[in-house]
Amino acid sequence: MIEVKNLVKVYSSKKNKVIGVDNVSLTIKNGEIFGIVGYSGAGKSTLLRCINLLERPTSGQVIIDGVDLTTLNEKELRQARLKIGMIFQHFHLVSSKTVFENVAFALKAAKKSKEEIEKRVNELLEMVGLADKRDAYPSQLSGGQKQRVGIARALANEPTVLLCDEATSALDPSTTKSILALLKKINRELGITIVLITHEMEVVKDICDRIAVMQDGKVIELGTVYDIFTNPKEELTKSFIHSVLQFEIPDHLLKKRTGTIVKIQFKGEMAEEAIVSDMLQTFKVKGNILHGKIEYIQDMPLGIFIMELTGDPHEIKRAIDYISLRTNGLEVIKNVA
Amino acid sequence: MLLDSLLNLVPELNKAFLETIYMVAISLVIAIIAGLPLGILLFVTDHGLFLENTTVKSVLGFVVNMIRSIPFVILLVGLLPLTKLITGTTIGPTAASVSLSVAAIPFFARIVETSLREIDKGVIEAAVAVGATPWMIIKDVLLPEARPGIIHGITITTISLVGYSAMAGIVGGGGIGDLAIRFGYYRYDNTVMITTIVILICLVQMIQFAGDRIARLADKR
Ligand SMILES: Nc1ncnc2c1ncn2[C@@H]1O[C@H](COP(=O)(O)OP(=O)(O)OP(=O)(O)O)[C@@H](O)[C@H]1O
Ligand SMILES: [Mg+2]
Repeated sequence: MIEVKNLVKVYSSKKNKVIGVDNVSLTIKNGEIFGIVGYSGAGKSTLLRCINLLERPTSGQVIIDGVDLTTLNEKELRQARLKIGMIFQHFHLVSSKTVFENVAFALKAAKKSKEEIEKRVNELLEMVGLADKRDAYPSQLSGGQKQRVGIARALANEPTVLLCDEATSALDPSTTKSILALLKKINRELGITIVLITHEMEVVKDICDRIAVMQDGKVIELGTVYDIFTNPKEELTKSFIHSVLQFEIPDHLLKKRTGTIVKIQFKGEMAEEAIVSDMLQTFKVKGNILHGKIEYIQDMPLGIFIMELTGDPHEIKRAIDYISLRTNGLEVIKNVA
Repeated sequence: MLLDSLLNLVPELNKAFLETIYMVAISLVIAIIAGLPLGILLFVTDHGLFLENTTVKSVLGFVVNMIRSIPFVILLVGLLPLTKLITGTTIGPTAASVSLSVAAIPFFARIVETSLREIDKGVIEAAVAVGATPWMIIKDVLLPEARPGIIHGITITTISLVGYSAMAGIVGGGGIGDLAIRFGYYRYDNTVMITTIVILICLVQMIQFAGDRIARLADKR
């Protein structure tokens, strides 16, 4: 478990002070994949780097499995870092060393014997699917392969936590998918807690359990991915989700419609219920689906439909009330009545 | 006539050449032994690095700059007492090696520091994040990553030493420069002058060629 308590990081130079992280407290549970999202400069990297004390917090605590890292001396901190893996957007491999040597470096830091290192590196390269690239230099690898080496290095000493700073941002979509699948596998099979920064909501949707949304150094919203996606509170969060659940009907098309247009959101189980057909049978209205989509977030369905309702205004109002009641997620986009 | 005077020169030239090689070699070895750690120290004690230490950084930086700002000729004369203390004499190539080394150490240290500065900070940070000790980071990350740059630095230092060693002739340090001054300059002997210059040019070219070759071989990226 990672507990961040009242964490503040201020960068002060002679001229001014920049607040990187502004009094953040949060708890990351064992075995979860925790996402941190926010625009550039929100303080995501700073927060992540404070977790393994690459950046020393100005104040506050970082407690991992009961140990407050801010109280450790250099040696104890190195020991603690063996159990906190980290991967980076630009991989940061040692270019003059082979894949094998790059991974072995982490094991050397843990003072493992030559035989142990040999065995473990091979095991790790097997796991990340790079056994055949053992003796290649980083410059001979693709971005995705480099990140796999980064992952192997980060996992070398069997950490309990893996920190990922935009680990897929430098990769193309299909490579991103494969790296995410690998991270998910690591999380499920090895039970490693993953904290990942991303600005791609697709990534969050794919693998995170919970997310924190950051703005100006603060965490402005935090919750399970499903809750955040289905019920975002802050404007910023909404704008992020919008990019994934884009559901706008072009204005000129909307203008042509004569009925009342509503957007209905079905969560979880509801998506499988026959709410719309019930409604159409109960009330004297006609429904015309303009757009519809079911997204799976954390393997739970989230359905969004845009419908045009026509008929007696009174009936339409009752129908809307009915759906609002049952789904708790209806929004009138255009009302003719 | 020209050939005759050249042939007469051969023993002198031979001796002078070996003396130059001797001076340059000794000073280079000392410059590497002392300058490499000094350059590393200048780098790792810098702001934001894993052995950040403002006091050490500024003291070392000041001393290095001070020595580097003294013109070599003045250093050469100024260090005569120290030379006497170390080698027991103030003339000859061994004596000249003292001031050559003193000048070369900070020169090489700055080159090492600059090559280290070119390493991506993220790579160093990744090593810190992995839990490596400062020594491991220096040995397994900094030095391998900066190796081509450091080898270029050794080449540059060697060539500078060849140049400086010629100046050592002023205090009777021996070597090709000494020969050039004694025969070529004081006796207006153009043959000697030109011959020594040709030898120095060839020497520098050879060093550069060898240095580039080695640097390329050492660059695994
Ligand atoms: N070393 C530093 N010195 C001074 N200011 C810094 C430093 N690192 C970060 N900052 C500042 O702290 C704030 C947060 O930066 P941070 O890198 O954490 O943002 P981020 O959310 O990771 O952004 P991005 O998505 O661009 O990576 C920014 O205003 C930044 O300018
Ligand atoms: Mg960042």
